[in-house]
Amino acid sequence: MKHLFYVLGIFAISISNAVAGIDDAINDATAPIATMIGKIVFFKIPVFGAQLPVVVLWLVVGAVFFTFYMGFINIRGFKHAIQLVRGDYADPDSHGEVSHFQALATAVSGTVGIGNIGGVAVAVTVGGPGATFWLILAGFLGMSTKFVECTLGVKYRQEFGDGHVSGGPMYYLRKGFSDRGMEGFGKFMGTFYAIGIFVGALGIGNMFQSNQAYVQLNNVSGGALDGFGWLVGLILAAVVFSVIIGGIKSIARVTEKIVPFMAVFYCLFAIIVILMNASTIPQAISNIFSGAFTGEGVAGGALGAMIIGFQRAVFSNEAGIGSASIAHSAVKTNEPITEGIVSLLEPFIDTIVICTITALVIGTAQVAASDFAGDAQGVAMTSAAFEREFSWFPIPLAFAALLFAFSTMISWSYYGLKGWTYLFGESERGQTIYKVIFCVFVALGCVVQLGPILDISDALVFLICVPNILGLYFLAPIVKREMNSYFARIESGEIKKFK
Amino acid sequence: MPSKILVALDGSECGKRALAAAVEHAKLTNSDLLLTYIIDWTPYSFHTPQELEERHQRRESEIQRANDMILNPEMVALESSGISAESVVRHGRIAETLQELTDEYKITQIYMGRRGESRMHALIFGSVTAALVQSSSVPVTVVP
Repeated sequence: MKHLFYVLGIFAISISNAVAGIDDAINDATAPIATMIGKIVFFKIPVFGAQLPVVVLWLVVGAVFFTFYMGFINIRGFKHAIQLVRGDYADPDSHGEVSHFQALATAVSGTVGIGNIGGVAVAVTVGGPGATFWLILAGFLGMSTKFVECTLGVKYRQEFGDGHVSGGPMYYLRKGFSDRGMEGFGKFMGTFYAIGIFVGALGIGNMFQSNQAYVQLNNVSGGALDGFGWLVGLILAAVVFSVIIGGIKSIARVTEKIVPFMAVFYCLFAIIVILMNASTIPQAISNIFSGAFTGEGVAGGALGAMIIGFQRAVFSNEAGIGSASIAHSAVKTNEPITEGIVSLLEPFIDTIVICTITALVIGTAQVAASDFAGDAQGVAMTSAAFEREFSWFPIPLAFAALLFAFSTMISWSYYGLKGWTYLFGESERGQTIYKVIFCVFVALGCVVQLGPILDISDALVFLICVPNILGLYFLAPIVKREMNSYFARIESGEIKKFK
Repeated sequence: MPSKILVALDGSECGKRALAAAVEHAKLTNSDLLLTYIIDWTPYSFHTPQELEERHQRRESEIQRANDMILNPEMVALESSGISAESVVRHGRIAETLQELTDEYKITQIYMGRRGESRMHALIFGSVTAALVQSSSVPVTVVP
């Protein structure tokens, strides 16, 4: 009941303030903050005329290193990942525990979000078609980073007395460093990460999502919602509120069940749209490759395209951020490596499959009519590309975007909460405070312009990946040892198939 | 080779009648009994992170409940009959899991109740009984 009053209170305040221009006022107030945070985190090094943000370099170098250090596990482990998800190695005695498939599905629905629809459009707008090439490459390399972080997530998870489990970078950073005799440093890193994830959850998994959902809703309603971002924001916030605080789990459960079908539906239609433009496919693909290395007409040339591609890929598949490792750590397995191998599929599905499909929809549309989208950006641009073939498509796309945004927000509220409880303990009151903050940011996301939101979100995300990747370097030898032992036992037949 | 009879209990009256029939059969043929309760579960479903976190706890409590409410009372009742019996609870798709147990425990005969599924239900979701009868590698007795 108390919660209801909160909501009513928020509503009452907002309605009394509901004068024209409320959106602008909030936007004006937050934009300078976003720019400032962006400047700090995105400290850029000028390289051959392009601006290279340090954090992007940080992530890419990490992904390249893990790919080589683990001996191209992203290729070697791929087939085994599918066998694991199919349950070929599932011991019947552990039936009823979280299966590999379930952990993967949950993690994927956390990562498949607006980034797959809108983020790609941003990449293509800013970085040209060539950005797509780097986006795919980043997805491929990101598979190795995911492998390392998800293995560690399971290996160092915390099992509580009542049987529930919590895991993720804050735990593996603390325990892993402690294993290597650096207890104090481990504690510091765990805390650093926990702060990063609970603050970062407010950007990528929250404001960016609600913002793009609103943009698409406004788009299909023909601009009828212009200036009503605060209202859409409040409604979205109220729904999120009812799930994460009101405990109305059924909404989350239903979303969790619809999202995978929406993703399939989205891909299916995207492929149809691409095929309807079949004649432009060769040109679109050739633009992707030529743009990747020449970067014509893009700020910073090829390097500019590369930076944008990498940046959006990480934003979409979250490799190096460590969030998925929180979702994966619930799996009950004696072999943490298996979870790492399964998680390889995540950047594959998210970036290499879904993002590429979106990029091709936009790319083929660009070849057919270069100014098809007008001034539209982000999700609106993708929507315009679909609209060329199916005039009704923006409506289901708005619905899908809303659901993607919603499921991502629910997942991230959980990730953020895990960071919060790591720091402040499991007290109910503390958790409620965090959840209320989270809902406030959902509403804010619909009001602020896309530009500042991207700046804030990117900045926060990359803040999280600093402690995470640093930890992964230190702990990678442990993962490598386990990986070699695991594959040796598969080879020798010690680990048997059950199917 | 001693024969072993599997009885699939589901907490219904039908299941109890299947057990009674199986006990008669076991007495006549001097067979062992395996009492089972299958908790319908699939590894291919979608959950929230919160549900995953609690899954292990819930699984334990589901198994506990099945043992306490369904299997253990029957096991106690069987003690005086002189038939040697064991029990197992497992998660999975029902027909598939019964088949797995058949292979694992070298079962020679299955008894199960007819699980009052409506025709509509069977049409949409398929009938567990029919699925088992069709796929089973050993004789199946369905008790109404």
